[in-house]
Amino acid sequence: MYNEKVIDHFTNPRNAGKMAEADIIGEAGSFKCGDTMKIYLKIEQGRISDVKFQTFGCGAAIASSSMLTEMVKGKTLEEAQRITNEDVALELGGLPPLKLHCSNLAADALRDAIRRYREKV
Amino acid sequence: MQERLVYLDHGATSPLREEVLEAMLPFLKERYGNPSSLHSPGRVIRQAVEEAREKTALALGAEPDEIFFTSGGTESNNIAIRGAARARRSKGHLITTSIEHHAVLDVCKGLAEDGFSVTYLPVDRYGLVSLEMVEKALRPDTFMISIMMANNEVGTIEPVAEIGALARERGVLFHTDAVQAVGQIPLDLRELKIDLLTLSAHKFNGPKGVGALYVRRGTPVAPLYDGGGQEKALRPGTENVPGIVGLARALELAVEELPEKTRHLLALRRRLIEGLLAMDDTVLNGHPTARLPGNVNVSFNYIEGEALLLGLDLEGIAASSGSACTAGSPEPSHVLLAMGLGHQLARGSLRLTLGRENSDACLDHLFSVLPPLVERLRKMSALYPGQS
Repeated sequence: MYNEKVIDHFTNPRNAGKMAEADIIGEAGSFKCGDTMKIYLKIEQGRISDVKFQTFGCGAAIASSSMLTEMVKGKTLEEAQRITNEDVALELGGLPPLKLHCSNLAADALRDAIRRYREKV
Repeated sequence: MQERLVYLDHGATSPLREEVLEAMLPFLKERYGNPSSLHSPGRVIRQAVEEAREKTALALGAEPDEIFFTSGGTESNNIAIRGAARARRSKGHLITTSIEHHAVLDVCKGLAEDGFSVTYLPVDRYGLVSLEMVEKALRPDTFMISIMMANNEVGTIEPVAEIGALARERGVLFHTDAVQAVGQIPLDLRELKIDLLTLSAHKFNGPKGVGALYVRRGTPVAPLYDGGGQEKALRPGTENVPGIVGLARALELAVEELPEKTRHLLALRRRLIEGLLAMDDTVLNGHPTARLPGNVNVSFNYIEGEALLLGLDLEGIAASSGSACTAGSPEPSHVLLAMGLGHQLARGSLRLTLGRENSDACLDHLFSVLPPLVERLRKMSALYPGQS
């Protein structure tokens, strides 16, 4: 059902877990199925220097979360903000049509974090 | 494919037994006649089908003319419920439960669209239907009660003996979807007051694509489609002869070996439940005792069932879950929700259904894989309050 890249990100998720000293935490949830993702960002000079995530959700949701964290590391907030949920699914090499909605939380959580950060500073 | 497969999903389907395959093979090869033909190759097959009917009847405590072969559980449920509704001159009321399989629920939904009224009874936290609720739901125009013998997700065994007696007393038809019960728990139709009973062969190590409907003599049921008059015109169409022969052989073996198999499964189930409940934040779904010997259903707080299944599958363990994400639907299991579980626990459910070929070694493998997997998923869960 899932391709190898999705399975790899599910089995060996990158940047999983809490971050003790995050500059900002973003959150997103899928109203439809109850998936929840938290993203922790460390920001230095306008760039994302470190990132962690925690996700309650299915394999596709976990893999999407992991994928996103790889995509944003080192990016400026402007660059990171432009990443869409579709970009994440595409970067994963695609998801089964029925599972596409499960990936619709990673970019949302990131944008939530960036919005909060801008409100804070 | 993994080198090692631990199959713990017998509620979904079970492997075909060697003895059953052997009984079927001649009818897939040289014995190809049509049982409706007049010539001798056909007559031989007719005899085999009727012998299968006798064996099936004997295993259930029924008469051979009360057994109708079908394509499986879904078709049997459709014929039983829709067929009984069709045999009526007027619309009416039927009673079922909120935890039936979709092959019953959706038939009832269809009847409701056609102008029948349907009561979906609630269940308690164990998934049990109460006799009092059934009695209260009865109306003057109630013509049928359809309540499953045992639930497919949580294994709860419903009080069908009492419900059947009530139905008989009130002159209401009683149908039971016994797909999960036949071959798993003792069942005698001479004692039970059941008018219509659904069974499916592949749940008791028989072939897929074949089932049966028991119709007590004198029960009014109209066919759903027209054809060549096979199965006394209730289920027309050339008989699935290898399947029918396989069903009868599988059922005969299942009933014969039931005491031994029950002991085996109960021992495994006990170990499984104890081991699972020893893990943190884990709850057993379903009834502690009124439960199919092979069924275990637990919920793991803070994690999602599909992710759990995926992790188990990568380690060669096949199981199932009431998580919405496994079926690609937004709602988790209607059964767990009806039992009062919250969305999160319903999504974190894991169903392990044991079969005759499972052993302690299967559970050893499961217990070497599951606790670290649960811990890993919890640590990366946004809902987990613990350390990560």
